[in-house]
Amino acid sequence: MQSKQYPGIGETLFSAVLPNGLQLQVVPKEGFSSYYAVFATDYGGAHRRFVLDGRTVDTPAGVAHFLEHKMFDLPSGDNALNLLSANGADPNAFTSGGITCYYFQCTDRFEENLRLLLHFVSTPYFTAETVQKEQGIIGQEIRMGDDDPGTAIYYNLLGLLYAHHPIRDKVAGTVESIARITDRTLYDCHKAFYAPSNMCLVVEGDVDPERIFAIAQEELPQEKAEPPKADFGPPEGPLPVGAVRREAMAVSAPQFYIGAKIVPAVGDRVLRQRLVAQLALRMLAGHSSPFYARLYAQGLLNRDFDYEADFTAGTGTLILGGESAEPLQVLEELKREVARICAEGLDEKRFERAKRASLGARLRGLEDFDNVCISLAMGLFDGYCALDAAGLLESVTAEECRAFLCENLAPERLAISIIDPIDTKRT
Amino acid sequence: MELSRTELMPGVWLSYLPSKKFKTACLSLSLLTQLSRETAAMNALIPYVLRRGTARYGDMEALSTRLDELYGTAIEPVVRRIGEIQCTGFYVSFPEAAFLPGGQDVLRPVASLLGELLLSPATRGGLLLPGYVDSEREKLLDIIRGRINEKRSYALFRCIEEMCCCEDFAVGRLGGEAECQAIHYQKLTKHYRKLLQTCPIELFYCGRAPEKQVISALKDALVPLPRGEIDDGIGTEIRMNALEAQPRFVEEALDVAQGKLVIGFRLGECMEEPDLASLYVFNAAFGAGTTSKLFVNVREKLSLCYYASSLLDVHKGLLLVSSGIEFDKFEAAKAEIFAQLEALRHGDLTKEELAAARSGVASDLRSLTDSQGELEGYYLAQALDGDGCSPLELAELAENVTKEDVVRIANSLECDLIYFLKNGGEQEGESDAE
Repeated sequence: MQSKQYPGIGETLFSAVLPNGLQLQVVPKEGFSSYYAVFATDYGGAHRRFVLDGRTVDTPAGVAHFLEHKMFDLPSGDNALNLLSANGADPNAFTSGGITCYYFQCTDRFEENLRLLLHFVSTPYFTAETVQKEQGIIGQEIRMGDDDPGTAIYYNLLGLLYAHHPIRDKVAGTVESIARITDRTLYDCHKAFYAPSNMCLVVEGDVDPERIFAIAQEELPQEKAEPPKADFGPPEGPLPVGAVRREAMAVSAPQFYIGAKIVPAVGDRVLRQRLVAQLALRMLAGHSSPFYARLYAQGLLNRDFDYEADFTAGTGTLILGGESAEPLQVLEELKREVARICAEGLDEKRFERAKRASLGARLRGLEDFDNVCISLAMGLFDGYCALDAAGLLESVTAEECRAFLCENLAPERLAISIIDPIDTKRT
Repeated sequence: MELSRTELMPGVWLSYLPSKKFKTACLSLSLLTQLSRETAAMNALIPYVLRRGTARYGDMEALSTRLDELYGTAIEPVVRRIGEIQCTGFYVSFPEAAFLPGGQDVLRPVASLLGELLLSPATRGGLLLPGYVDSEREKLLDIIRGRINEKRSYALFRCIEEMCCCEDFAVGRLGGEAECQAIHYQKLTKHYRKLLQTCPIELFYCGRAPEKQVISALKDALVPLPRGEIDDGIGTEIRMNALEAQPRFVEEALDVAQGKLVIGFRLGECMEEPDLASLYVFNAAFGAGTTSKLFVNVREKLSLCYYASSLLDVHKGLLLVSSGIEFDKFEAAKAEIFAQLEALRHGDLTKEELAAARSGVASDLRSLTDSQGELEGYYLAQALDGDGCSPLELAELAENVTKEDVVRIANSLECDLIYFLKNGGEQEGESDAE
């Protein structure tokens, strides 16, 4: 395995690609009790249409998430979640628009648990009965999401921003769309997306990287499959399809997300664009920004206010949001602030401080094994190494961030999704 | 990794935990008070008001700028309830010198800023700024009112509120809406000054700096702390039995798509000499995690719910079973939850189930040592309980818990109240359980 040292952050990263195409990364951590492993596929809710063996396959919304739920069933009748738990591990999985991750954390019997993880994720086993039963369970999950203002506000925003990209649709699908899933659909999607060449394994803990390599070799299929090609439809234009969407739900104060879509960079610009996006948003709306301080003092924003740059399934979305009695006023203030930054540029001293703060935040992020492993996994699929971030940060300039804000948060690029309170008389 | 305790000033204790594992160090400060309806909201509000500005860094922007300079040091207000002790203060995390350019050490300036936040707030005429108090009070009110937004935690909150209606515990960590609404900057300043003089203070540090340096930095930072007669009589009253002979039943209707069933238990006589390891293992076997009776039977086998899990509060002596169900599954889900408890009471616990519960608890405790935030919470609770066991020692005890221990706890449990959040807007009152 290849190793690379990161003396600035006190880490060493071991990497390899197995003959079957699996990308493997290991971060050894001496002195820690916990082990963490994530086995991920470059497949999420947005990968609905794809080309497999020369034919185009269309799948209903919600398959990736459904598949994630069903992967835990083993042909022996056992459930992998229970087997891992019984072994003292804390396993789980999640599906986003662009990725499905299976992971566990444990303190004992790591190798056994790792073998089990690799085994169950590469062993498809579905029957008509188990699929039908799962339709009930996931149907409940979907209905629970219907009560959740956080889910509604997010998808309403994506609906405003994107004309047709499948990330518009809920990862879990709808009760109707998942009713169309059969065991055949699941086998097809597993075959297409769960081949080692479309997956990665990332491990952190007090381990020997060569051991991990050997275990992955032993447990996974040997052949190297051609990864499927996802079809997200024609490219999206820069402008949103709608500007404002309001909906009423049982919340105590209006919640809002302001968003804009950006064109994701490719090649060796990928990581840089993400760092620029985060730093630019921190300068614009972080807790030490004049914008946040002013609106907080005016009572227009509270401490929940946050921002993020989210890169998923070939899309890039900037989101700023929280709770406010006057979301539209926040939007107007934001537009004014972006215009001011465009005209005046960013304060250099404040920019240097923001970089310091960003370095501190990255060091803090390295404390979490799940954060490290999942960002490494996402980086492997998107073509960068998450551990390079701390070093690259130093070279980002204030002008780059100003230009980024000017271009991507111009007034015509913005949309706002609002959830207003309905009368929630407690009975 | 050995914890050491030092009294820095009267009633001010430091728990010092050396560790070279982390990239950041953590420092926390908690003011300890007896949870009560009259003062809970004021206590909860104080760190948020203090976090708005100090005499030197007068507003959020100036404070945040200072924190950015200190390499993104994070100082967050924290309000907790451990049993009936309310802990309010700050949790600070800052990068270790080893990873900063030129090996700069920010411990001293960080400790000093923490001291300033606590002791030298922005004031006018010696009073906390009305603008800060008013706006933070409104935000706290929003949070208190916002409890209803998240239905799963709302149902838990309501179950505790009804179950402990005669105890201070019902107040919740943030206090009540009416008491919060009544907060005024003069009254709050007076209360704040009294707290500084009387309440016990717990400090926690975990990181690479030698103990001497930490003690010296904190002592210097806390020089202006006025100490009067320390209120060391604070504690938690543990009720062993249910309030009434039959479990009470409370039903509430809101516009929701999924019903929430919460069943509240008293841990009962086992709380006379609480055996933490056995309590944790019992909880794991009954309802925490994916090998528990509730998960395996109520959720997986019978598909009666989307989730069903149990939560333990060892400080107050409570156990709550929380589940999300279809409205018409109420009776079936409730019956099955009680059936699973009954099974445990009769010793229906396989070797595998016990082993899974033990190793789950032990694993959680061991992995806790890899997170400063969790270590801080663990040792704060321990400082309040006065028990001296490390997470690794407790993990070992958990691995030796027997089936008899688990059965004994199952038999000690007493159901006190059943709460159901159902759909609709109709007025529903309290009724007796059938």
